[in-house]
Amino acid sequence: MAISNEYIQQKLTEKFGDQVFNFEDTYGMLCFEAPKDLNLKVLQYLYDEPSLGFQFLTDLCGVNFPENPNRELAVVYHLHNLVENTRLRFKVFTPVATPDVFTATQLFSSANWMERETYDFFGVNFVGHPNLKRILNVDEMDYFPLRKEYPLEDQTRIDKDDEMFGRG
Amino acid sequence: MSDHNITLAEDAIERKTTTINLGPTHPATHGVFQNIMELDGERVVSSDQTVGYIHRAFEKLAERRPLYQITPITDRLNYCSSPINNMGWHLTCEKLLGVQTPKRVDYLRVIIMELARIADHLICNSIVGVDAGAFTGFLYVMQYRELIYEIYEEVCGSRLTTNIGRIGGFERNFTNTAFTKLEKFLKEYPVALGELESLLTRNRIFMERTIGGGPISAERALNYGFTGPNLRAAGVDYDVRVHSPYSSYQDFEFDIPVGKTGDNYDRFLVRNQEMWQSMRIIQQAYNKVQEFKGTDAEVYHADVPEYYLPKKEDVYTKMEALIWHFKIIMGEVDMPKGEVYQSVEGGNGELGFYMISDGGRTPFRLHFRRPCFIYYQAYPELVKDSMLSDAILTMSSLNLIAGELDA
Repeated sequence: MAISNEYIQQKLTEKFGDQVFNFEDTYGMLCFEAPKDLNLKVLQYLYDEPSLGFQFLTDLCGVNFPENPNRELAVVYHLHNLVENTRLRFKVFTPVATPDVFTATQLFSSANWMERETYDFFGVNFVGHPNLKRILNVDEMDYFPLRKEYPLEDQTRIDKDDEMFGRG
Repeated sequence: MSDHNITLAEDAIERKTTTINLGPTHPATHGVFQNIMELDGERVVSSDQTVGYIHRAFEKLAERRPLYQITPITDRLNYCSSPINNMGWHLTCEKLLGVQTPKRVDYLRVIIMELARIADHLICNSIVGVDAGAFTGFLYVMQYRELIYEIYEEVCGSRLTTNIGRIGGFERNFTNTAFTKLEKFLKEYPVALGELESLLTRNRIFMERTIGGGPISAERALNYGFTGPNLRAAGVDYDVRVHSPYSSYQDFEFDIPVGKTGDNYDRFLVRNQEMWQSMRIIQQAYNKVQEFKGTDAEVYHADVPEYYLPKKEDVYTKMEALIWHFKIIMGEVDMPKGEVYQSVEGGNGELGFYMISDGGRTPFRLHFRRPCFIYYQAYPELVKDSMLSDAILTMSSLNLIAGELDA
């Protein structure tokens, strides 16, 4: 009964033309992206259009791709149509220098903390968010720890004097 | 929740509110939760939560670890039902790697996951009882959770943070002792669950305390991203086991209990009913497992040499096994490129794993969709205008687990 990925793609292309692109089928889940200023329009359309009805925000998170110039940060939405039981993944990319993305809190109350978490770890500035401050980290923190520029310790480093664990 | 409000004329008395700080380590909140509440007498006017006290940066840690080293991290999310987290993680890896698990492995996993669900719901429901004033039930059912933990112990060697199973199956076959313990549990537990129900379900004090406390409508619950028993108590029959079956859940016959008002009492009833359904599933799975005879009954993992550790005696005697052993332990196996989302029905909702692999040896990005984190946002709305003691009850009936909330 599920809505087919082709149908979703066709409806989106009808509505937004070539503004929605990079359609992919990842392990059965439709995945696509749109420019970041269109994110609310796309989410609203997916929510309102009766034959689509993606009204449940399963997940919202950030990803950092330091190697993509002007597309360093991504915000990933996982949406679910609970009635037809269809899921999709929608992404917007933003440059790390101007990480402004519109907030989805007007549409989904659940987006509130998930956006705060994304801000906390990636520094995505959600424009219009009612309470955009850090959530899991301390307020005094002055960097965004999940960005790739902050690596964890390399487990193969050899400059440590540690005889007990074979590094010495 | 009975109402005995006296209507006063405007300005008859001077109204004053009090701000209190509940938590982060308050004896009445089970876990590390801080709430700053504005009280009018004993009534909650508004509240604001602070989370993150036990944040351990799991998502960052996971970016530097080979897949098998991430399993112990998932243990520490919802530590009341670690096996479900472990299985969810294995399923995610298997989806990415394209591993097909044998039916027997699926059924054994279902047994372990449903046992974990019972352990999770049992804690939650008996704690709701504690907060309503019935401590005995909680202490009494602990010995039945102990039976579940003994089964874990027999299967994987540990009890709370289990690290159970491997990519492709289990680390060893279930022993006869494990099955004997399972039979003992299947025989003894329904009696105890019946006793817990007869202690609380129709108990006047318990009903008065819970009915109408912390209610939420189906629309609000969906908008707040509720999943699991909390969503079902509001009347939406969404269950990942049915909607996106994993680990052969489609082979089982079970019902999804739903509530109506989404209040504390409905959440309690839904969890209780789910435990009965879990018993049904375990019994069916156990019957199916027993149908495997001879060499089929020896199957406990899929054939994935790149990720499943070879037998120790092979490591010492065979070159190939030695090489694989070394490569797996050192995390030197490259993963396929891809992006995968896999969810399982955890103890308190849809537990999702979103993994991006860039073809390296560790995930490029791993995100946990933690159900607690998402639905705890609704807490101020749930407890607004309720009594402080009912707010405590609402918190425990939501089954908030600090480890999962803070990741």
